[in-house]
Amino acid sequence: MGFELKGLKCGYSNKAVLKGISFTMDAGEVLCVLGPNGTGKTTLFKTILGLIKPLEGQILFNGENSMHWSRSKMAQVIGYIPQAQNTSFPFGVMDMILMGRTAHLGNFASPSQKDKKIAERAIDTLGISYLVKRIFTELSGGEKQLVLIARALAQEPEILVMDEPTSALDFGNQLKVLSHVRQLARNGLTIIMASHVPDHAFFYSTKVMLLNQGGLFGLGKANEIITEKGLRELYGVNVKIIQTGIQSDYEDNSEVRMCVPLQNKQNGG
Amino acid sequence: MKASIKNKESLPEATAEVNLLKVYLVVVLLPIFAFILSFPLGRYPISIPDLLSALMGKIFPFVHGPEGVINTVIFQVRLPRIIAAMLVGSALSIAGAAYQGMFKNPLVSPDILGASSGAGLGAALAIFFSFNVAGIQISAFVVSLLAVIIVYVLSNKIKRDPTLALVLTGILVGTLCSSFTSLLKYMADPYDKLPAITFWLMGSLATVSPKNVLSSLVIMLLGGVPLYLLRWRLNVLSLGEEEAKTMGLETGRLRLVVIICSSLLTAGAVSISGLIGWVGLIVPHLARMLVGPNYKVLLPVSIAIGSVYMLLVDDLARTLTSAEIPLGILTSIIGAPFFFFILLRGKKGW
Repeated sequence: MGFELKGLKCGYSNKAVLKGISFTMDAGEVLCVLGPNGTGKTTLFKTILGLIKPLEGQILFNGENSMHWSRSKMAQVIGYIPQAQNTSFPFGVMDMILMGRTAHLGNFASPSQKDKKIAERAIDTLGISYLVKRIFTELSGGEKQLVLIARALAQEPEILVMDEPTSALDFGNQLKVLSHVRQLARNGLTIIMASHVPDHAFFYSTKVMLLNQGGLFGLGKANEIITEKGLRELYGVNVKIIQTGIQSDYEDNSEVRMCVPLQNKQNGG
Repeated sequence: MKASIKNKESLPEATAEVNLLKVYLVVVLLPIFAFILSFPLGRYPISIPDLLSALMGKIFPFVHGPEGVINTVIFQVRLPRIIAAMLVGSALSIAGAAYQGMFKNPLVSPDILGASSGAGLGAALAIFFSFNVAGIQISAFVVSLLAVIIVYVLSNKIKRDPTLALVLTGILVGTLCSSFTSLLKYMADPYDKLPAITFWLMGSLATVSPKNVLSSLVIMLLGGVPLYLLRWRLNVLSLGEEEAKTMGLETGRLRLVVIICSSLLTAGAVSISGLIGWVGLIVPHLARMLVGPNYKVLLPVSIAIGSVYMLLVDDLARTLTSAEIPLGILTSIIGAPFFFFILLRGKKGW
């Protein structure tokens, strides 16, 4: 699905957190949003999801302004994957995933056999059928995150928004979740995710957005946008970006890069 | 690796389907048993055959039921009281279960938005001004709803987390109501009205009549049916405001519906029974431990357990001693240790 932000200004009441955000995305793209804490990644996501109203500008899905959409119409187009945290009640994993079907159900309806089939398809996509009989609150962080992704898939949206999907995960789970993300994009989903790790952007995104206080710092392909100078300006740290010699499997066949932190005494160089 | 996880013995039974048999037993059989067993209890002895023939006589005109006192005791005294107990128990349990989900907190009870304190104030006012029994009930009902409306309106003025705003204003209004109730008790005639207010606040079903059972049944259906129909959405609401919204829920509207319905249920219940604590808190817990938190099953099971619990407690209230024991006292005295026992044995979280 085509997705476009036009001159978006977002924030709370009259205090703008971000200004002048414009970009377009096509189906199958992965946008990675990087930026220091407090630059408004979450505010941007909440605005895109319609949780807070934009102060200015438009959010367009296939050219249609989402301003006055109902919550259920919104949820059928765009799904949200929160950071895995405990719910108050110990829902079963299947119930949790079935809740993703809510946007497609009538007010008084509960999920039907058809909804169960869709949930099972999401479970198969992520290969987590071994979790189905477990209880959500008793899962590990990585398992929870996978269940939340399955729930968002059961919602059958065309765009997925993920707020730091890997922040609470160990190394292995981070990579697992992110490779699922990339696979979902290959299947045609548009994905917008926030991250704190530039390497994730190198590996898993087709587009990168850098945010600094008040607005857009850069937007484009990871290899062009994430530079040593840029990261120094954004985060105030020195890093060296190295070529790994590994070819990425994206269409442009570029080489995968990585950030290596530098010690302070090498500052001058 | 996956297979070993699958075969692990300690796999918790998550899905409701596993418990289906247990659910049917609780939902259907338990209330029927409790209903029938409650008739013979009491000062005037009624045998089970008497009861059955009286019930048959009511349903099928060609069967001759017992005449006279037995009929009166069964249909004018025990039946209304048994039905009232079951209604009050289920109403408080539904309201408690719904609020616990909405506030994402298993320690919430139906009076969190001031419904009970409001009802107490309404009843105290009515007794103070010498209203009759019907007047007391109406006043308790109206002031109970008024208290919740005030809470809702005030909480909308607080521009922060809407559920937290509700809890805080609920505490404020509840405190105000109980203070005014205390003031009325202080001013009331100590030989006549003060005991009446005090007894009302302790809860009792001794004065129910067929008429007010019917009127509160109507109110409780008004509150209970929408909640029952919306119960899948209560699951989603319990995930929290923003998550629920991104999953397609109009949370503001649903919250309002839950508040209206739960208030009708609570007000409808306490206006005929007086203040009864614990039921709305403890019953949803029990139900959750039996069948898990999915409202699709949780709500019917809560209704069943709530009605049976209240009925059994009321049976005790009218049979333990020659004088009635106030219901509100018994629900806590029985409920608290029972709850502790459940906590010790319960395997599932809450």
